[in-house]
Amino acid sequence: MREFRYRRAADVADALALLEAEPEARPLGGGTNLVDLMKTGIERPALLVDLRDLPLDRITPTADGGLRVGATVTNSDLAAHPQVRLHFPALAQAVLAGASGQLRNMATVGGNLLQRTRCGYFTGAAAPCNKRLPGSGCAALTGEHHNHAVLGASPHCVAVHPSDMAVALAAFDAVVTYETPGGPGELPLAEFYLPVGSTPQLETALPPGALITGVVLPPAPVAAVSRYRKVRERASYAFAIGSLAAALDVRDGIVREVRLAFGAVASRPWRARQAERALTGQHADAVAFAAAADAELAAARPLPHNGYKLPLLRDLVVGVLTELAEEAAR
Amino acid sequence: MTTATTGGPATRAVGTPHVRLEGRDKVTGAARYAADHPADGLAHGWIVPSTVARGRVRSLDDASALKMPGVLAVLHHGNASRLTEDFVGTFGPDATTQVFQHDRVPYLGWPVACVVAETPEQAREAAETLAVTYATEPHDVDFRPGHPGAYTPEEMAVGPACTEKGDVEAELAASDVVVDAHYSTAEEHHSPMEPHAAMARWDDGRLEVVDSTQGAYATARDLALLFGLDPASVHLRSEHVGGGFGCKAQVRPHLILAVMATTLLGRPVRVVLTRAQMFTLIGHRSPTAQRVRLGAGADGRLRALEHTALSATSTVREFIEPSAQYGRSMYDADGHRTVHSVVRLDVPTPTYMRAPGEAPGSFALECALDELAERCGLDPIALRARNEPAVGPVSGLPFAGRRLLDCFAEGARRFGWDGRDPRPGVRRDGRWLVGTGTAAATFFTGARPSTAAVTAHADGTFTARIAAADIGTGARTALTQLAADALEVTPGRVRVLIADSDFGDAWLAGGSMGTRSWGWAITLAARELRERLALGEDIPPDGLTVRSDTEQAVNSLAAYERHAYGAQFAEVAVDPGSGEIRVRRMLGVFAAGRIVNPLTARSQLTGGMIWGLSMALHEEAVRDTATGGLVNTDLAGYHIAAHADVPAVEADWIDDPDPDDPVGIKGIGEIGGVGSAAAIVNAVWHATGVRHRDLPIRPDRVVLMPRP
Repeated sequence: MREFRYRRAADVADALALLEAEPEARPLGGGTNLVDLMKTGIERPALLVDLRDLPLDRITPTADGGLRVGATVTNSDLAAHPQVRLHFPALAQAVLAGASGQLRNMATVGGNLLQRTRCGYFTGAAAPCNKRLPGSGCAALTGEHHNHAVLGASPHCVAVHPSDMAVALAAFDAVVTYETPGGPGELPLAEFYLPVGSTPQLETALPPGALITGVVLPPAPVAAVSRYRKVRERASYAFAIGSLAAALDVRDGIVREVRLAFGAVASRPWRARQAERALTGQHADAVAFAAAADAELAAARPLPHNGYKLPLLRDLVVGVLTELAEEAAR
Repeated sequence: MTTATTGGPATRAVGTPHVRLEGRDKVTGAARYAADHPADGLAHGWIVPSTVARGRVRSLDDASALKMPGVLAVLHHGNASRLTEDFVGTFGPDATTQVFQHDRVPYLGWPVACVVAETPEQAREAAETLAVTYATEPHDVDFRPGHPGAYTPEEMAVGPACTEKGDVEAELAASDVVVDAHYSTAEEHHSPMEPHAAMARWDDGRLEVVDSTQGAYATARDLALLFGLDPASVHLRSEHVGGGFGCKAQVRPHLILAVMATTLLGRPVRVVLTRAQMFTLIGHRSPTAQRVRLGAGADGRLRALEHTALSATSTVREFIEPSAQYGRSMYDADGHRTVHSVVRLDVPTPTYMRAPGEAPGSFALECALDELAERCGLDPIALRARNEPAVGPVSGLPFAGRRLLDCFAEGARRFGWDGRDPRPGVRRDGRWLVGTGTAAATFFTGARPSTAAVTAHADGTFTARIAAADIGTGARTALTQLAADALEVTPGRVRVLIADSDFGDAWLAGGSMGTRSWGWAITLAARELRERLALGEDIPPDGLTVRSDTEQAVNSLAAYERHAYGAQFAEVAVDPGSGEIRVRRMLGVFAAGRIVNPLTARSQLTGGMIWGLSMALHEEAVRDTATGGLVNTDLAGYHIAAHADVPAVEADWIDDPDPDDPVGIKGIGEIGGVGSAAAIVNAVWHATGVRHRDLPIRPDRVVLMPRP
């Protein structure tokens, strides 16, 4: 384990200055992923800049009726927030579906977005991995990949993003805000994660030196009837093998608006816009739900051992939307 | 004071619940595990595992490592002290002990060096940046049925590799109903919460060792043998052990390296394994590929039983997972055959893991019986009742009690089995299909010679000393209860000291024989002490001590089939769309002799049942054939049941007296994990109509399995 220095930043400007002064610095949120990676030598920072004193730990309403979530809000506080639970129930459910109570008490919103894949070839050192060692190859392609990507992958990397929270954020058109030494900026979540392409080691579109300050949830009435369902290989404390954030507005049996995002299918949360388009204006029934899922999954390119994800996701879409349609009818 | 036993009426501590004596120390952190013991001048060793699966170490840049901050030494095959070749330890020949004795790399993760430094962090940094090159050779880690390298040995560690009576083929041909099915189980790892750790130092010509071990005496004896030391010069303690399950029963590399390093440096050295190293250096349960053929008359009476089991071992040491032995005492048939075979692969050496053989073997055979019951149109319990043997099917020996059907009767009553609709796939609860299943369980009851000493003190208290191990089971507490009853005093007057090799030879915590073997020795000594005190013998200032040795008593036990039995029940819910399986409740009813401490006994039994749950649904070490290593060497990737997976699990027992048995205690450490996976898998069939024969039943296997 490399010896590292530790500094606690007083405010955002201080954090940015510390990060700028040390090229091998890493910002430290809850440490629930970064510290693990340091123990295994995958991350070897020279300096940790602890963000816990930054004034980014609040959830506040925006002028247009949305919510601003600070970057250091813990996962536990996010899931417990009354406005989140009322207006974006799928987000609260997604957060609670992740990790364990102890980890959620530490993990932050910013850190959750930036967590690394749990692909065993990335976290273990013996095999090639283009994320860990660019150009070395992807061992998962021909190896163990039953929980790897079926959408949007490339021959250079088939790892999936592990976050549950980000799936719900993707469904709700969240915008990531950040600060750089040159000033603030923002990225819609849809553009936050880069396509895999031939550079899987480049994961986000954040400019160099940027520090995430928060996430803005624009007002979304449809989100009030929303749900997150996560399928995993045990009942708790496991990453998804397939998950769905869904919101549905049905009137007179017709789908007025629908939001769908998949988790554990790609290198990023997968907003299912094809499915949304296919379903909008249709009768809210199982046949239409299945057709919508199929419309999205037509682009899937499963590997030899992860094809089961397609029927699984289809089942999730039909099951969750059926439940939401029933809820909307009540 | 002439008698110490007149302070009050005789107590009956055995059979009443007692909290763990060291429980408070454990939950407050006061209890010291092997890595917690301080020492002046302590140095820290860090193991460097090989990064290739087969080959030779070509070069190793220890010169650069030695220049790094705090580094004191780099041990490797070029400079390590010589160990006893052809080492034969408590569990037979064991070449896995030959660390740094050669340059061969037999599997990915084999120790190629150990960096010793002032701090663990310095040792780790130097270990992880140590440049090692290899001459690699092609490896084979691909375990599969029909592997051309498979062979059947004469003997396994636990008995013959094969048994055969009658003509299996003829009986199959004459059977009305035949089940012929292949089953597989995944590579499983013990991964006790406490990682293996050892601290060693020389003190006045004596090697003082603290190790995390299931048997202080055996480990000390083996360690002395390995290093060519006088056994009396090795003192080993393991006061608290945070789980063992079979992987802490033998000398492991961390201990060898701590001794090598302290001998070289002349200062105390501690070596602790990382969680990832726990997946390569301490043994595991081999994957198995099993085939069961059953032939029966239309009435369900077995005519043929054949169970063949293939497992993997390393190129270093032969260890065979004895899965097919399960049927040798459980079910009879005129044609009866059990066969083990094994294949040597470039993988770490497997070892005993909780219910070795019985856990995977009971899964295959008890699931095959469920299939037979279905084909015969019989209730699964009725099928088993129809096949109760009069004597040991293979041994011909009489049973020293066999209350299997009583376990089923009591379990069926409490579980609500009677009136169960046998049809599969017809009970729905929302998106879930619901079903129930059952299976039998057994585990042999053995004992091994042990010695103990019990001392009466002038103040009316007693001290018992025995090299037992409490690996979290509550052994210390159970032995205190047993000693108190034998002395006829309250447990508060008895102190039991354990886990110290200086206390003399004693069996280790394994084979479900710990409490039985140790309790026997303590009871013998305590009874004699009580009798001598009752006769008026004086207690000298340093106490009156009686020693016992059960070797003669153990070896003169009459020959019987001695086993514990159990009936396992499970209710599961399966979502065929998502592949999720949730166990809703489990019940195990056991006939397991005299239960010493109902509180901790229940924990052990339910713990075993949860192991079965994890085996059925979760546990799977995934080996990458390209690198030869595992891809999930942490507890985020290697799943065991989380709390949310563990439903209402109930374990109970029925009276199981054996008047011919001088102890009456049977082991309970393993039987909870026997049959429990089968009960769950059978319930999955009852829920869905789909027979899953490959464990774990992952969601992808459910989703992809054709539905009936």
